[in-house]
Amino acid sequence: MLVIRCPYCEAERPEVEFAYGGEAHIARPADPSTLTDEQWKDHLFIRTNARGTHFERWRHVHGCGRFFNAVRDTVSDKFVTTYKAGLPRPTEAELEGMRK
Amino acid sequence: MNAYRIKGKGRVDQRKPVRFSFNGTAYTGYEGDTLASALLANGVHLVGRSFKYHRPRGILSAGSEEPNALVGTDRGNGRFEPNTRATVLEVFEGLNTTSQNHWPSLKRDVGAINDALYMLFSAGFYYKTFMWPKSFWNKVYEPFIRGAAGLGKSPTVPDPDTYASRFAHCDVLVVGAGPAGLAAALEAGRSGAKVMLCDEQAELGGSLLSETNARIDGASGWDWLKAAAAELAALPNVTVLTRATAIGYYHQNLLGLCQRLTDHLASPPEGAPRERLWKVRAKQVVLAQGAIEKPLVFDGNDRPGVMLAGAARSYLNRYGVKVGNRPVVVTSHDSAWLAAYDLAEAGAKVAAIVDVRPEVAGHLKQRAAALGIEMLTGWTATGTSGRLRVASVRVNPISRNGVFGPARTIACDALLMSGGWTPSVHLFSHTKGKLDWNEEGQMFLPGERTEESRCAGAGNGSFGLAAALAEGAEAGADAAVDAGFKAKAATYKVDGEVPLMGVSSRELTTDRNASKAKAFVDFQNDVTAKDIRLAVREGFKSIEHIKRYTTNGMATDQGKTSNINGLVIASDAVRRPAPAVGLTTFRPPYTPTTFGAFAGYNRSELFEVTRKTPIDVWAEENGAVFEPVSLWRRAWYFPKPGEDMHAAVTRECKTVRETLGMFDASTLGKIEIVGPDAAEFLNRMYTNAWSKLGVGRCRYGVLLGEDGFIRDDGVIGRITSDRFHVTTTTGGAARVLAMMEDYLQTEWPDLKVWLTSITEQWAVIALQGPNARKLFEPLVEGIDLSEEGFPHMSVAEGRIYGVPTRLFRMSFTGERGYEINVPARYGRAVWEKLFEAGQQFGITPYGTETMHVLRAEKGYIIVGQDTDGTLTPEDAGLGWAIGKSKPDFVGKRSLSRPDMLKADRKQLVGLLTSDPNTVLEAGAQIVLDPNQTLPMKMVGHVTSSYWSGTLGRSIALAVVEGGRAREGATIHVPMPGRTHTARIVGTVFYDPENKRLSA
Repeated sequence: MLVIRCPYCEAERPEVEFAYGGEAHIARPADPSTLTDEQWKDHLFIRTNARGTHFERWRHVHGCGRFFNAVRDTVSDKFVTTYKAGLPRPTEAELEGMRK
Repeated sequence: MNAYRIKGKGRVDQRKPVRFSFNGTAYTGYEGDTLASALLANGVHLVGRSFKYHRPRGILSAGSEEPNALVGTDRGNGRFEPNTRATVLEVFEGLNTTSQNHWPSLKRDVGAINDALYMLFSAGFYYKTFMWPKSFWNKVYEPFIRGAAGLGKSPTVPDPDTYASRFAHCDVLVVGAGPAGLAAALEAGRSGAKVMLCDEQAELGGSLLSETNARIDGASGWDWLKAAAAELAALPNVTVLTRATAIGYYHQNLLGLCQRLTDHLASPPEGAPRERLWKVRAKQVVLAQGAIEKPLVFDGNDRPGVMLAGAARSYLNRYGVKVGNRPVVVTSHDSAWLAAYDLAEAGAKVAAIVDVRPEVAGHLKQRAAALGIEMLTGWTATGTSGRLRVASVRVNPISRNGVFGPARTIACDALLMSGGWTPSVHLFSHTKGKLDWNEEGQMFLPGERTEESRCAGAGNGSFGLAAALAEGAEAGADAAVDAGFKAKAATYKVDGEVPLMGVSSRELTTDRNASKAKAFVDFQNDVTAKDIRLAVREGFKSIEHIKRYTTNGMATDQGKTSNINGLVIASDAVRRPAPAVGLTTFRPPYTPTTFGAFAGYNRSELFEVTRKTPIDVWAEENGAVFEPVSLWRRAWYFPKPGEDMHAAVTRECKTVRETLGMFDASTLGKIEIVGPDAAEFLNRMYTNAWSKLGVGRCRYGVLLGEDGFIRDDGVIGRITSDRFHVTTTTGGAARVLAMMEDYLQTEWPDLKVWLTSITEQWAVIALQGPNARKLFEPLVEGIDLSEEGFPHMSVAEGRIYGVPTRLFRMSFTGERGYEINVPARYGRAVWEKLFEAGQQFGITPYGTETMHVLRAEKGYIIVGQDTDGTLTPEDAGLGWAIGKSKPDFVGKRSLSRPDMLKADRKQLVGLLTSDPNTVLEAGAQIVLDPNQTLPMKMVGHVTSSYWSGTLGRSIALAVVEGGRAREGATIHVPMPGRTHTARIVGTVFYDPENKRLSA
């Protein structure tokens, strides 16, 4: 069972308090009607499925209830960092620093 | 009795005899014995039959790695367990054990015919033997495989034991309490760190328990052990767990420990749990798991009486048991010589030490010579004899260039073997830590780590007492430092230890026909060296494939004694180095673990929460039959004396339609949406338009996923301009709230909206039927209930019986209907009052079944029953609920995707069977032409189907491809025995003009 840091509670909590929320940084288009069928399909169904660094959403569902973002390595299943929803994704250089 | 026990020797308490039985024979052991040591003390070596060939088998090891000596244990009162390892089972007064895998008896087993038919059972025999003819599969092969499958017998009654579980956090967790683990725990404990030390055995000490020669800091090993245990016990920051096996090493230093609490007790305390599963989160971990001895692989190495040399030494030094009076040692490692010395000194006549190495160290030979033991170095074992116990071993000299000399047969009653030692890297391997191949030692050693862990002692390839103590102390000190404490490793002075070396080998060469040799690698799955070579000849090159084809290492012991031997043989056969052939993956649990331990407290009534409404107790008292609906239990129907379900439901339906019924709808999900942007939020979430919904009005809402498919539905009432009362399906409440939170928090954080679950705050009583208003009009204060003042689809706040209420006028039955929300704590009181007052109208309480029938008669869908996650609002006939002028809502864009507009999409329709008495089965498949060839083209399925007492016939809802355009067409529902026919009709079977809503 993983230990996950909630960026709102600023505390590490066991995985059972959290729910996974799929890939992060996929914003719902402001006006979906302007998208072609192909673009809308990509928005709905096509995901990165990264091997390695993966940006994903979690929700501290049995805690503060907030959604936040996380960077997890899908090979080692280790979290690199977590950050509040709405913040930009960390750069590769920043992540490299955090992995050390 | 105990003919093989040496008086006064060992650690068992020879003043405390313990009586137990094995296969119906009574035996005596002593407190501290395992079943294996007690049987050996009584001269019993034959304890079971092997899995495939049913060969007689004895005790191979003295630890948890045991592949052979598996027994059934009966602790009374239904406490039966198969496959208990005799080598770890502690005997207690009254223990009953039985051997496994034989019929009619252990000594005469019909299944042993398999041994003679071994040609049929070679590697991959399942795939080869049972392939053809196809017609044999059902009648011959499958019954045969099922009959032969499995080790031991399953228990026949539910496990009467209880199991506990516990979380723990510590700075340093030390796994294994041998010399390395003890030294580590001492160091970490002295630093003040919070330490946990666990060991799978009943007492601390590990290899020290079997070691009688070496001295630590001037004290005997056992005296040092006693002092170490006492020091650990005295440290308040140290927790010592014995009989606690570390079964798995998971992410971020979480380890599972399974602690056996009562299995060793003759009369466990009432209510005491049998086992406790610990989940330990440690800052630092020290793995000191030790090493497991490897068997030598030669013809007949599996007879009872053939065992690992180190095990024989354990039985002698720890349990005071001679495993034989005339043992022979066959080895490729120095450590087996120590077993020969100890046995000779204990009075056994060691007939010979056969060492496959041409040369061994002089000091070994000197001591053997002094004890009068014949030494055959450069000799090898090529066979054994003895049906139920080894009687002799056949040995040959091999010249340096590999030429065999004439064979000699040496009589023996025990054959002790050693092929060297394998470090236990299991837990390290669970962490995906890298394993490095050590060519010299022919073993895998822990390499780069992935967790905050350290390996020490034999488990790290550092063999010998001095090395274990030094490395353990260092690992313990380092772990404490990394956990934030100050520590420095102590040093230990060890005397009397001789360096031990050996070589590792593939199966021993033989002067006989190797293809007839039964040289076992995996004793539990009966895999021989030639099986592995056959697999390689048949094209398998990777150890993962060889393992699965031969089943080597796939038994319950996970190949603890067989993996490396199998690998070395496979590596030889494919002519590639061992690391290139690979090592199979170790997975938790380290040793077989009971399901009870994993389940812990989560069984029976604690297995899953049962949610109950405030009215549940009344329903129970009034004879309701219940059904589970998601986590809730709901009243299904209320039978009167003599009524079956059909009669009760028919009566309940009739009463609602004719006069009045009351229904507990408290389980409905309820969400309060508050804030200046509440209407806008609903506009974006639901398909319908909400801005113009007046205060005090309700509307049926449909919620889609972004993919355009129906997720949920419910009635939403506007309480004030900025406050909505949203209802959801019973099962969907949590999902819908999570979905709303998701959009609110991450897509539209600018909206000023607050979401609150109010499901459990309101009890909901649905009053349905033509007399509903008459009943409670006099009881309600503050609401004008007139037709004009409170029309269908209204909501208002007021009081009923003085209790605050949110009153909805809505109907899920097609009759005039009201849903009375009252604070949950008043739910039962209001329900009872209404029931009492309703007697004048002949009111009936009704359950979910009647609710289903009534709503189906009206064609009202149930999300999740009539929809399945692939239905759009249009498919479900809810196109009218889409706010077409709204620019956007969740799922809107998907509704115009090409596939969503196809004419042949499955659409919800009504079905009327040709025979009105036929009630179709929900889920039954629908075809257009019943005479087509198989497999038929299925065009849909029945989603809901009931007997409608109101209509005097059956009704059904179904989804059918292009269904609405087929109205009037006949479809067919093939069922076992006959095919039903039905006509496609509209979905509303009763009162299509909705006149009764205001009747």
